[in-house]
Amino acid sequence: MAQPVAPSQKISKRELTSRIPHYAVLIITGLLFLAPVAYMIAASLAPANDTLAGFAVFDVTQWGLHNYSGVASSLSSDSTGHLWRFFAVSFTVTVAVVGLGLVVNSMAAFALSRLSWRGRGVALLAILLLLIVPFEAVAVPMFYLYNDARNTLWIQIVPFIGNALSIFLFYSFFSGIPQSIDEAARMDGAGPWRIFWRIIAPMSKPAYASVAILTFLTQWGSFLWPVLMISDPNLRPLPLQISVFAGQLPPAWGQVMAFGVLLVVPVIVVFLVFQRWFIEGVASSAVKG
Amino acid sequence: MATPALLLLILFVAVPFLAAIGFSLYNVRLGDPRAPTFMGLTQYARILTDPDVSRDFLSALLHNLIFAAIVVPVQTALALSLALLVKKSIPGIGVFRSLYFLPVVFPIALVAIIWRLILARGDQGLLNSALSFFSGGAFGSQDWLGSATTALASVIVLSIWQGCGFQMVILLAALQQVPAELYEAAELDRANAWHRFIHVTVPGIKTTLVFVALYTMILSLRVFDQIYVLAKSGGGLNEGATRTVMYEAVTAAFDENNIGRASAISVVFFVIVVILSVIQRRATREKES
Repeated sequence: MAQPVAPSQKISKRELTSRIPHYAVLIITGLLFLAPVAYMIAASLAPANDTLAGFAVFDVTQWGLHNYSGVASSLSSDSTGHLWRFFAVSFTVTVAVVGLGLVVNSMAAFALSRLSWRGRGVALLAILLLLIVPFEAVAVPMFYLYNDARNTLWIQIVPFIGNALSIFLFYSFFSGIPQSIDEAARMDGAGPWRIFWRIIAPMSKPAYASVAILTFLTQWGSFLWPVLMISDPNLRPLPLQISVFAGQLPPAWGQVMAFGVLLVVPVIVVFLVFQRWFIEGVASSAVKG
Repeated sequence: MATPALLLLILFVAVPFLAAIGFSLYNVRLGDPRAPTFMGLTQYARILTDPDVSRDFLSALLHNLIFAAIVVPVQTALALSLALLVKKSIPGIGVFRSLYFLPVVFPIALVAIIWRLILARGDQGLLNSALSFFSGGAFGSQDWLGSATTALASVIVLSIWQGCGFQMVILLAALQQVPAELYEAAELDRANAWHRFIHVTVPGIKTTLVFVALYTMILSLRVFDQIYVLAKSGGGLNEGATRTVMYEAVTAAFDENNIGRASAISVVFFVIVVILSVIQRRATREKES
């Protein structure tokens, strides 16, 4: 059980047969998990009146790309919003929140873990307390307080840059780097900025990757805040737009599913490319306890 | 260096949070020319005891509790089973790990729409078609989302499908930390698989299990996106059987322009989250020492 896994070419026949049940369970479970995704893809390719006709969506002979061209022409005016703009909004918001968040939160974590300044203890305690406040608890008052900023791009970005969980994850990672490293650099005359940018930050790539991925996932799927703040079709991010698109009458379900595929493909691509970091990023969020 | 992050957190978390407490004591409305009047704890009394208002709020709270009571044990058990299933590194296991994690990258608004089609009533939906096919037509005309008896269960199923992979990854990381020698020793003692699970695996990942369960409980309280999409975007969801606390807060603020009551709901929501977070920290800390 605990021996290192034998190289695959050396697997005996007996061992292979003993694994058949395991693979069978893996495959059946995998199919169950995949079924809704397969349905989405099939429905995006099937003719419009097959979407709500049971198994008809899986009739491969009828498949085509008409829903994709349909969604592009349905969403191509200022009153409906433009397909490319929904992507541009989601992309801009996500990149800005992830990018600025990495800089701002890692700087704060560095100051909290490495520098001595007045109020550091209080700030650290405040971060730990803010960790508990879910966004949902402040959504309503923010809706009121920032009412003048409705239907702007910045109100989708700025509130989400500072993030207590990100600071906490960076803080835990930085605290694991030996102090002797900064001391040596300080002996050489390096100031805090230099130590941070040249030494600590480059050593902390795993922490940056984890935080980037966690932020990316939440931000790309963000829904509650746009529901409250955005009614202008030209500033709607993708998840809000798909709910608006699905709610229009009569609904064009094939096109809605095509839109869904387009919405999720960027995340899946990022997921497949950075798979290892995704898994580590998610696992690292558990140290929060 | 910590200034930008701290400033952002004050502006977008701390201030709105204190504002929620303040607003909840007044009858605040957006665009109201009259100055808000002080009402003390009336908003709280209303949502908790005035039958006109409290009926919806208390049923929302109840739905969150039912949601948590089912999702926490089921999703944790399912996530643990999946983690055990993909723990051993046999050829091709990476594919299955990714497959089970895949739904996590789907924005929940999209998940709700995909499942809305799968669960569509009559013979339109895929699930009903499948049921009718396997039962020879005896079952398969269920209105899953519209019927009061199945609406919440349907939301639970789609939420578990989307969220399970996240917990699986956290538990997998914990499983891989359990020392292999413990399993070897158990094997020498001729412990069977079940005994190894109860006496080696469970104690080894206890802290993480508790963390995952409580984290899922907090997530269960925050449920909003899928309910809102299914109820408001032509999903035909039975609103009365599925409304959640956050749904109540948003509809009070957005549809009724009752910021005062919505803030009171947010504060009650937050108090419940704090209680759970304190329990979570206690539980995970004790087990470690």
